[in-house]
Amino acid sequence: MDTAEQAYDMTNIEKAETVPPRPDPGPEPAVVQFAPEAEPAEQEVAEERAEYDTIGDVTAKDAVMTVRDCNVFYGDNHALQHVNLDVGRNEVVALIGPSGCGKSTFIRCLNRMNDTIETARVTGEIRLHGDDINSRETDVVLLRARVGMVFQKPNPFPKSVYDNVAYGPKLHGLASNRTELDEIVERSLLRAGLWDEVKDRLDDPGTGLSGGQQQRLCIARTIAVDPEVILMDEPCSALDPIATAKIEDLIDELAQNYAIAIVTHSMQQAARVSQRTAYFHLGKLIEVDSTDKVFTNPGHRLTEDYVTGRFG
Amino acid sequence: MRLSTLLLILTVMAIAAFMLGRRRSIQVAGGYGAIRTLHSLPKYYGYYVAIWCGVPGLLLFGLWLSFGDALIMGRVVASLPEQLRDLPDAQLSLVVNDIKNMAAGQFMNPQRGAEIAVAADLYNSLRVSARWILSGLIVALGLAGSGLAWTRLRPELRARNRVEGIVKLGLILASTVAILTTIGILLSVLFEAIRFFQKIPMTDFLFGLTWSPQTALRADQVGSSGSFGAIPLFTGTLLISAIAMLVAMPLGLMTAIFLSEYATPRVRAWVKPALEILAGVPTVVYGYFAALTVGPLLGDLGALLGLDVASESALGAGLVMGIMIIPFVSSLSDDVINAVPQAMRDGSYGLGATQSETIKHVVLPAALPGIVGGALLAVSRAIGETMIVVMAAGLAANLTANPLEAVTTVTVQIVTLLVGDQEFDSAKTLAAFALGLVLFIVTLLLNVVALRVVRKYREQYE
Repeated sequence: MDTAEQAYDMTNIEKAETVPPRPDPGPEPAVVQFAPEAEPAEQEVAEERAEYDTIGDVTAKDAVMTVRDCNVFYGDNHALQHVNLDVGRNEVVALIGPSGCGKSTFIRCLNRMNDTIETARVTGEIRLHGDDINSRETDVVLLRARVGMVFQKPNPFPKSVYDNVAYGPKLHGLASNRTELDEIVERSLLRAGLWDEVKDRLDDPGTGLSGGQQQRLCIARTIAVDPEVILMDEPCSALDPIATAKIEDLIDELAQNYAIAIVTHSMQQAARVSQRTAYFHLGKLIEVDSTDKVFTNPGHRLTEDYVTGRFG
Repeated sequence: MRLSTLLLILTVMAIAAFMLGRRRSIQVAGGYGAIRTLHSLPKYYGYYVAIWCGVPGLLLFGLWLSFGDALIMGRVVASLPEQLRDLPDAQLSLVVNDIKNMAAGQFMNPQRGAEIAVAADLYNSLRVSARWILSGLIVALGLAGSGLAWTRLRPELRARNRVEGIVKLGLILASTVAILTTIGILLSVLFEAIRFFQKIPMTDFLFGLTWSPQTALRADQVGSSGSFGAIPLFTGTLLISAIAMLVAMPLGLMTAIFLSEYATPRVRAWVKPALEILAGVPTVVYGYFAALTVGPLLGDLGALLGLDVASESALGAGLVMGIMIIPFVSSLSDDVINAVPQAMRDGSYGLGATQSETIKHVVLPAALPGIVGGALLAVSRAIGETMIVVMAAGLAANLTANPLEAVTTVTVQIVTLLVGDQEFDSAKTLAAFALGLVLFIVTLLLNVVALRVVRKYREQYE
């Protein structure tokens, strides 16, 4: 199953990264019966209901980020619809769902990475420790320093390993001299579990590392600026199982200090690393609950079908 | 038979051979239903027969074009009276020229008119009969070749592989044309340059500090001893190219950054074509601009500042040349900047970098190999540029580093040396080839370095 999941992930890398989610063929019927393409009659019935309600508890105790009624449009395409979700301190939230369901879109809202997509429009209220991140006063640069992001494909800069990690701290002036910078780099690489592998070749190009090492380098780069929240967009989808296992261990450790939201296509991964799981379907957040509950006793038929592997 | 008629006949024959071959292949397979028993599609059998029809004839024709005339002339020379035949080679070639001219009805040599007229008649009649024989041979070869191929058609004949082999051969030949031409150009320049270096020592040419290529026509002529030191020309070229690059690199690079990172699609849609128009302006027009507008403007500015600016200055030519190169630099840089993956930018933005920080620290380093390559190509372009400097930089071969003075460049001197009536055995004319050779070597080295740099950085960044 694991390898099959990997293969599945690989096929979706490109799609999920470059193409905005497919147009929504219509709201899902809230009725228990699942139909991938809702028929018109059912659709109308469904629209009568409060279709955007999410099953389960969207709040987290000790929430770092709170998202209320978040919508994203890519041009005319309503890619993310009325999503409410919290990300709590010291917890890992896994976002699962089929391709094009909006989970990557959602995670990109949390540090306003959707700003870099010209056609994207975000509405709703997203707060980081009570500050509205979409307000005019928020400096997106500071926001992204507080909410770090690790991407699907490892994307180290064309610089040395050292400079890759030192990049963020230098930008934000976190170190006043070279010794401090050295310390930050070492600490970040240590926490990312990469120090022993690269300590003798800090001056080699970061692009020369293996895929798994590159991804851990990207994680080290992210934690070097000491964020409060780390967003991970399918961080293991381009990696082999051994590298994946290392990253998962790392996520476990990082959860002690950071709030983490991770998008994943692997349900095993979600089950292994997360405390809470959110299931997205066609731009809507269907269900949020503790990971145990979602995987063993899901409240929605769609969730059950997905986690039992009936589609996806 | 005229050449065009012959080619037309050959084409018709080849088309007929194609159709016959295709039909024959279907026949030997046993009808349309059995085409799948053939090794290749029927059309490949058609091509196969057509190639056998046309190619041998064309090869023969090519051989005739290269050696036919020499063969005929050999016969004609052999028939000449003894006293003409035994002339030394140089004079004999003059006689041969006379015969050819006379055969074409253009020219009558007053001396030895009779012998040459006889030879010209012989030449003409030989040529006519050779043509007919050639035509007959080509048609016969075509018929024989296609006939042979036609009879050899079998279902198991690997027609596709053979046709593809021939096509591949054609592609290889096509690709060698450019290479052979380059070698030909290099050799022609090289031989003339060697003749020049027989008259003037190479060290005088490469390290001499004075350029004054007037050689004496008469022994008693004064003041035209001729001095071929090329250093002033190369410093002039260097000076103007450096000024041009100083203008073009920053402006071009900043244009590219603006276009690829900051401009909205609407602005981009206007600015890019406008820049491409700039690239399409003929260099002569830039020359006017440099000579009539920029030159006097610089003169006036210099007067304001109390500087003495020559009316034809290196600065004026370099500035205008730099503007000419801007689109070159900007469009190459724009391409490489756009080629930097969005993932790089996302990674940088995700760490809280601003747009300008991202461009400075991530995008430009990643695009550097392409930018460097583009810059070196632009330098080659600047060094080889002629029209602007002819019109705006002057002819005085001053050895100076002052951009306000008139200088001259290698290309300008080549032009002036080869303009007008020439005698191709004087050092003055041959100097043009020596200059050309050195220019060729310099730009070649520049391109090699450019490729090296690009490759080195590419390995590092990919």
